Amino acid sequence: MFQATAITRRKHRSEEIARNVFLVMTLLMVVPLVLIVGYLIYQAWPILSLDFLISNPRNGMRAGGIWAPLVGTLYLVVISLVIAAPIGVLAAVFLNEYARENWLTRVVNLAVVNLAGVPSIVHALFGLGAFVLFAGLGKSILAASLTLAIMTLPVIIASTKEALAAVPMAFREACWNVGATRWQTIRHIVLPNSISGILTGVILQVSRAAGETAPIMFTGAVFFKAVREGNPFAYGLFDQCMALSMHLFTISTQVPNVPAALPYGTAVVLLAMVLAVNALAIVVRVRLRARKKW
Amino acid sequence: MVTRPRSEVVAEAAIELVIRLCGISAIVFVFGIFFFVFREGSGFLFHGLSLRQFFGSIEWYPTSESHVRYGVLALIAGTASVTVLAMAIAVPFGIGAAIFISEFCGRRPREVLKITIELLAAIPSVVWGFIGLTVMNPLIIHLFHVPIGLNVLNGGLILALMSVPVIVSIGEDALKAVPDSYREAALALGVTRWQLVYRVLLPAAKNGLLAAALLGVGRAVGETMAVLMATGHAVKIPTSVMDSVRTLTATIAAELGEAAVGSNHYQVLFIIGILLFSITFVVNLVADLAVRGIRAR
Amino acid sequence: MRQPAVRLSGVRVRYGRREVLKGVSLEVRGHEILAIIGPAQSGKTTLLKTINRTIDDVPGAVVTGIVEVDGENVRDVKDVFALRRKIGVVAPLPVGLPLSIFDNVAFAPRMAGIRKRAKLDERVERCLRQAALWDEVKDRLDSLGTRLSGGQQQRLTIARALSHDPEILCLDEFSIAVDPVTTMRIEDVLKQLRHHVTIILVTNLVQQARRLADRTAFLLNGELVEVNTTEVIFSDQTADRRTYDYVNGIFG
Repeated sequence: MFQATAITRRKHRSEEIARNVFLVMTLLMVVPLVLIVGYLIYQAWPILSLDFLISNPRNGMRAGGIWAPLVGTLYLVVISLVIAAPIGVLAAVFLNEYARENWLTRVVNLAVVNLAGVPSIVHALFGLGAFVLFAGLGKSILAASLTLAIMTLPVIIASTKEALAAVPMAFREACWNVGATRWQTIRHIVLPNSISGILTGVILQVSRAAGETAPIMFTGAVFFKAVREGNPFAYGLFDQCMALSMHLFTISTQVPNVPAALPYGTAVVLLAMVLAVNALAIVVRVRLRARKKW
Repeated sequence: MVTRPRSEVVAEAAIELVIRLCGISAIVFVFGIFFFVFREGSGFLFHGLSLRQFFGSIEWYPTSESHVRYGVLALIAGTASVTVLAMAIAVPFGIGAAIFISEFCGRRPREVLKITIELLAAIPSVVWGFIGLTVMNPLIIHLFHVPIGLNVLNGGLILALMSVPVIVSIGEDALKAVPDSYREAALALGVTRWQLVYRVLLPAAKNGLLAAALLGVGRAVGETMAVLMATGHAVKIPTSVMDSVRTLTATIAAELGEAAVGSNHYQVLFIIGILLFSITFVVNLVADLAVRGIRAR
Repeated sequence: MRQPAVRLSGVRVRYGRREVLKGVSLEVRGHEILAIIGPAQSGKTTLLKTINRTIDDVPGAVVTGIVEVDGENVRDVKDVFALRRKIGVVAPLPVGLPLSIFDNVAFAPRMAGIRKRAKLDERVERCLRQAALWDEVKDRLDSLGTRLSGGQQQRLTIARALSHDPEILCLDEFSIAVDPVTTMRIEDVLKQLRHHVTIILVTNLVQQARRLADRTAFLLNGELVEVNTTEVIFSDQTADRRTYDYVNGIFG
């Protein structure tokens, strides 16, 4: 039969080497991360508990829990989502269903890419200049949420566009042939079959919004604010609020003599929240892909 | 002859108008960002700021009572140094990982790896900064016997880990975009996988890989919280990776809270914002043109 | 003199710089079956698209010349969607919309404004019967249209095309992805339908034209070479040599 010659053996060996080099490169990024996360959890362990989640920071934030920041983050996330989702989904509908191949479409696409690339601190400056000062909202949850919404818009647009593009053109043509209008086609066939992608985008937006610090630092998030423990309706739209991401920054850099477990605990909760939300997005994607109707 | 109720037709026209408005909203927002940032800083930009001092001096003393100076050269050096170090690590490793995932990997491990990279990308920048502060800091102090571990090396490593997911995902797209016919032809000629990658795929995908690297650069330049927490607070041009530095982004974040609204200091911070916006705008523009090259194929 | 159902006068279509239809003038008479034959890439599908103006949605398509349906220039109609409902189209590849079978057939009437359940029930049954699909699906009208077989989906498409009471039915190579038995069944359906609607049958199966059509048109590279009664087209009395050659398999 075919015996391996010296050349073939050398080729296979070089292929093995190449494969292993790239494998090592990949692992070198992934493994340290797993170790780091493990270390964070280890350091945070003493303080992680239900009490940690539902009690407020006390004693100049050297003790207690993270209730106020947690609720604040929830507010910011929900309000920015409510603003960003409709605009993002409809913008993606425009780009995929209505836009022609002309200069305007190219510019819009370029704008979306650029919006995604704007540094978070520049979003903060924008939010400060436009919402806090110009629109007169002052430092508030509303101003911070608007800033976050604009910042996370590209995430929703990208996910939705992908989902819309996955719906076969043949369906649209079949609808147009029977006299359905563009919007009727979108509303009854295209959008309902893009739900999984839209949901993914929404979930990713939530994860981004929950983790951002710079954009909210100057537009509505604040060092400390006293709220009632255990009360989910702690803030008003025009109040300033605490936020989990900001809180982590504060207690790890701005407050001296904080017991070690506290910032680790905050970091772990924030990380867990974000990773859980992303894992949810992955699950949604996989689940709904299996339930495809064609 | 049954027709659609008039209210429905009107509602449809309305929603199509809203769709068009949302469609151009991205343009509106990008312009809006530039406009409002420019607006806050324009006063001082045109009346009083010495651009020569701004771009040429390393002396950044915005709060000095007697001798105020607004030189950002050291800050630019700070941003450049962490970015360069980060890219020097992230680009080879990222593209290596993209090659592995795209060409050498089985289907199952590929799914696992892709999910891991996605989760890596999801980690908030403040958590990365925290990692730099609490994990990298003592590690660097211990390994390299230096007094402070908040420096270019720390920031660079953290930024590398942050930028890798972008590079891997776009790089993988670029490699996937190379037509299978190239692969089949090469394999039919009897080349090894490595030769296929080196001689066929990398040259064919170079536009997309360049775009991946550029988007990584954009991400690194624009990063704020992680570098704020991990690079230290020294405003000076670094001479080694063990030096502490300050980046443009960190400067704004650190000082904006204390600058009185409308003051010169306040306006200069906005001007730095304009500078950052312009840099990332250009980088993203070039990257987009390169990516358009692979999509158009 | 009765109006022709469809009249094309000097219709040219180009996609960018490529000319796909080169000045076609053709009449389709009411209640006839007109077959359009010709090799691939001759512009047959494009011709159909000009009739119901779905050519509007093809990026880069430029149409000159006049297309009239029932004597009215299609460019001048007030409601292009009403125009499209006058014309039923069956595409080459069977398409079941990702809806229930019932909703597939009820889609067009619903979009047109018919909402009463009783009317929809009646219409769905009528169209499915006409498309010779009713018996196979009457007990599972709620199941997904995309889960039917190819042949069933093609008949579903016909039912959908009939659901908006068209005057003209255009079939574009309907048998390409469908088994011979289903093809025969659909041909029987067409023979029944010709009493109600005008039928334009684009086909690459020359013998199908011979079986069904009253008149046949031969389209070659965007040009209308010849149109005449099917009998003539399939005889040796064709006006153009190329028609004889194509029909007899000498090329194409």
